[in-house]
Amino acid sequence: MFAFDRIKKALLVSAWFMFLTFPILVIRINPVERIVEWRWINMLLIGVGSFFLSFVWHYFIRRKEMGARRAETGEESEAAPLAQRILKNKKIYRPALVVAGIFALCFPFIFSLYQTNIMISALIYVMLGLGLNIVVGLAGLLDLGYVAFYAVGAYAYALLNYHFGLTFWMVLPIGAGLGALFGILLGFPVLRLRGDYLAIVTLGFGEIIRIILENWNEFSFGPSGISNIPRPSLFGIDLSVHDATIYIYYVMIGLCLLTIFVVNRLQDSRIGRAWIALREDEIACQAMGIDKARTKLTAFALGATWAGMSGVVFAAKTTFVNPASFTIWESIIILCIVVLGGMGSIIGVIAGALVLILMPEYLRAFSEYRMLAFGVVLVVMMVFRPGGLIPNVRRIYTFKGATESGKGG
Amino acid sequence: MESVLKVQNLGMNFGGLRALDSVDLAVGRNEIVALIGPNGAGKTTFFNCVTGIYPPTEGDILIAVRGKGDLKRINGLKPNRVTEKGLARTFQNIRLFPHMTVLENVMIGRHCRMAAGILGAVLRGGSTVREEQSAVQESYAILEKMGLAPFVNDFAKNLPYGAQRRLEIARAMATEPFLLLLDEPAAGMNPYETKELDDLIQRVRHEEGIAILLIEHDMKLVMSLSDRICVVDYGRKIAQGTPDEIRNNPAVIKAYLGEEMDA
Amino acid sequence: MDYFLELFLGGLTRGSIYALIALGYTMVYGIIELINFAHGEIYMIGAFTALIVISVLTLMGMNTVAILVIAGVIAVIYSSAYGYTVEKIAYKPLRNAPRLSALISAIGMSLFLQNYVLLAQTSDFLPFPNLVPDFEFMEPYAHIIGSTEIVILLTTAVVMVLLTFLIKFTTIGKAMRAASQDKTMAMLVGINVNRVISVTFVVGSATAAIGGVLIASHVGMINFYIGFIAGIKAFVAAVLGGIGSIPGAVLGSFILGWTESFATGYVSSDYEDVFAFLFLVLILIFRPSGILGRTEKNKV
Repeated sequence: MFAFDRIKKALLVSAWFMFLTFPILVIRINPVERIVEWRWINMLLIGVGSFFLSFVWHYFIRRKEMGARRAETGEESEAAPLAQRILKNKKIYRPALVVAGIFALCFPFIFSLYQTNIMISALIYVMLGLGLNIVVGLAGLLDLGYVAFYAVGAYAYALLNYHFGLTFWMVLPIGAGLGALFGILLGFPVLRLRGDYLAIVTLGFGEIIRIILENWNEFSFGPSGISNIPRPSLFGIDLSVHDATIYIYYVMIGLCLLTIFVVNRLQDSRIGRAWIALREDEIACQAMGIDKARTKLTAFALGATWAGMSGVVFAAKTTFVNPASFTIWESIIILCIVVLGGMGSIIGVIAGALVLILMPEYLRAFSEYRMLAFGVVLVVMMVFRPGGLIPNVRRIYTFKGATESGKGG
Repeated sequence: MESVLKVQNLGMNFGGLRALDSVDLAVGRNEIVALIGPNGAGKTTFFNCVTGIYPPTEGDILIAVRGKGDLKRINGLKPNRVTEKGLARTFQNIRLFPHMTVLENVMIGRHCRMAAGILGAVLRGGSTVREEQSAVQESYAILEKMGLAPFVNDFAKNLPYGAQRRLEIARAMATEPFLLLLDEPAAGMNPYETKELDDLIQRVRHEEGIAILLIEHDMKLVMSLSDRICVVDYGRKIAQGTPDEIRNNPAVIKAYLGEEMDA
Repeated sequence: MDYFLELFLGGLTRGSIYALIALGYTMVYGIIELINFAHGEIYMIGAFTALIVISVLTLMGMNTVAILVIAGVIAVIYSSAYGYTVEKIAYKPLRNAPRLSALISAIGMSLFLQNYVLLAQTSDFLPFPNLVPDFEFMEPYAHIIGSTEIVILLTTAVVMVLLTFLIKFTTIGKAMRAASQDKTMAMLVGINVNRVISVTFVVGSATAAIGGVLIASHVGMINFYIGFIAGIKAFVAAVLGGIGSIPGAVLGSFILGWTESFATGYVSSDYEDVFAFLFLVLILIFRPSGILGRTEKNKV
């Protein structure tokens, strides 16, 4: 009887979605040439697809509910996920790290320049993801204007180089500093805002920066942007395009390692704990003696620093910046990386960036559906796996003579 | 007696609502004072004013200055500053950090007694490492005292209810207070757990020398613990005295205790 | 003076459209305290559905008034259906999750719906026919206000009246008000809160669709992206007026409409969108509860 009910429900869902998608997916209009095209095949696909998806959805919702019930009755909450068990197992983890390291070092010599360029983009997103992870993942502040700091870094290099001839290595720390400064500038007015308002205001901030870059021609050269930005030089020697790209690749590897190192240390420190406490409960956090304003500002500043830096690298890599590279959708892609990987989890964010940036590049047929898939990722992850693919693990302490109860992750 | 907290003429308005009306209260060193009254009498509002969550409309809140005999006005200080000065609290509806481990919850309490900044955290120099280690040890010591050591690495949200209440007290104690404000610590506990809590609070007072101000509805606990009881109703203080005095105070019986004492 | 009047009426028209969208935000927020990021997309889908229906019916040779009515009705039905479905998929499973999760889910839904329309239709701007005939009696004032604007103002007024009636006097309206005060309590007294939430989404989506059709007809073109900016601005209006408050949303929309109209008319049109955002930041800093909003007390 149960199965029959399910099938009936799935049929209803299927019919509902066929109805829902009918005008937009089946009919395509061309008002200019006054043609209407009917694509009935889409209706069939939606019907069949939603029929099966209904089962999958139902299955996962039930699993989630059962998990919640188990947790409530105090039974052992689900065993650590596979990814975590692998990460904890030193026998697998260490060699994997070595292999990944060797692969990363040899990459530009094995693969073409084109591939190396793609990898540089992916690494830039790793850095952006790790930066945003501080703000969203650790401190729980949903920042939708993160791309603004990226733009600040990119324009800092472009403009400082154009006007004053500053080199890449000079601007890199300046970009980081400007990022932090803008982070604090944004942070001050939004200190008192609740989560959802914060999201909208930061989104507005990002858009304001972009609109200013687009319209203030004297300053930023408007929509056409700035071109002929030099690539970084090695000890003053100008490199060919090929060598410069490889050079940038290694610079990026270095910067990513730096980011990982710093974020990891911050996360496991007095400041990192304060961020997480702030995310968990603002009022209790303050009552425990944590300065809310200060903690938020450090999160904004330290998150934005990495965006500023990666902006500088971005400008040096593409040799061209214009406002179109810094739309709200960039912010959302970075958010997607953090959410997919696992909020607060460094390895998760790295994996998220690599998956989300490399996959559309290598699956060309898929790339058109990239943003659509990102939307799905955000919803599905939140509904079924809010911790991300590789959730954050809390540090476990051991004490002499203490009975180890051993969970906590 | 020498006071650690002295509240004078405290008044609090929410729009047109008078939540507190010229309430006076003092807590002496090493004293346990209970604040009782019917629901909505303004007890939690009183706590929120004292701990800086709401700035009071009128009146003065004075607390002892650590290591000195004199009192200092703390009106308008932010909650975190109040905690730094030596007042810590728990919440009526438990407010732990659910996705942090038990130990980390207590270490958050140590936050305001630690100094490591951004650079310290990144470079992890000797002083930072030592500070971290001692914070871990001290936090663990508190957990042991509170009987929470077996849960040290568990997520706070996975703790049994009674343990969560104790963890809130542990976390508050990690801030090194001289006065602890407990908001209905026994709410939802069974008689056995309440008895344990009674012993625990007594121990905190005697061993740590911490004064305690608590809001509580469990009259048995209040009568056994408190040195003094202060009764509020409709935002006003209607009586104050030893448990025996309160037990026999007609105004209190009328306003609040009546039905419970008859039962 | 005519220029001033033109800007004034232009602002009023803008404000009306924002109001139609802002209502959806404010109603949903009033009940589940979530910024429905996908709300702007619902409005866009309303406009698109209308355009598709209009194109098909025009080819079939129907007369304009009939087309206008049918397209409007179908747009409303479809937007409501989308609103209903979005709630069931992206928000209902997150009813007890942290706010951040629901918010991210809402952003995902918005992203999905935009790209769904982009892929299924086109990324180009499509011309949207002006369905409102030029009224003859309006001719002397044509340089100040057009017929479409008159229709927009009238429709908005009618929708407002109907909505006020729905919320003040019907059973479901009472249930909505109860649920927005206290969800748990409403559930305890036997109100089906899930149904109330669904109805809220349906009603909000329907008014957004009306806004979508009207503005598309006014501006004369649409694409998949129109929902986003309009949605943000309507949200700003809702916050300005005090989120959760229906008269507030209307008032906020008019104020925002006028500000934009006068600012672009007298200052510069380059920074049109910046005004809305600056406005938002200023309100949230100085009066987070908005003009008519109830001040929210954080329970401790």
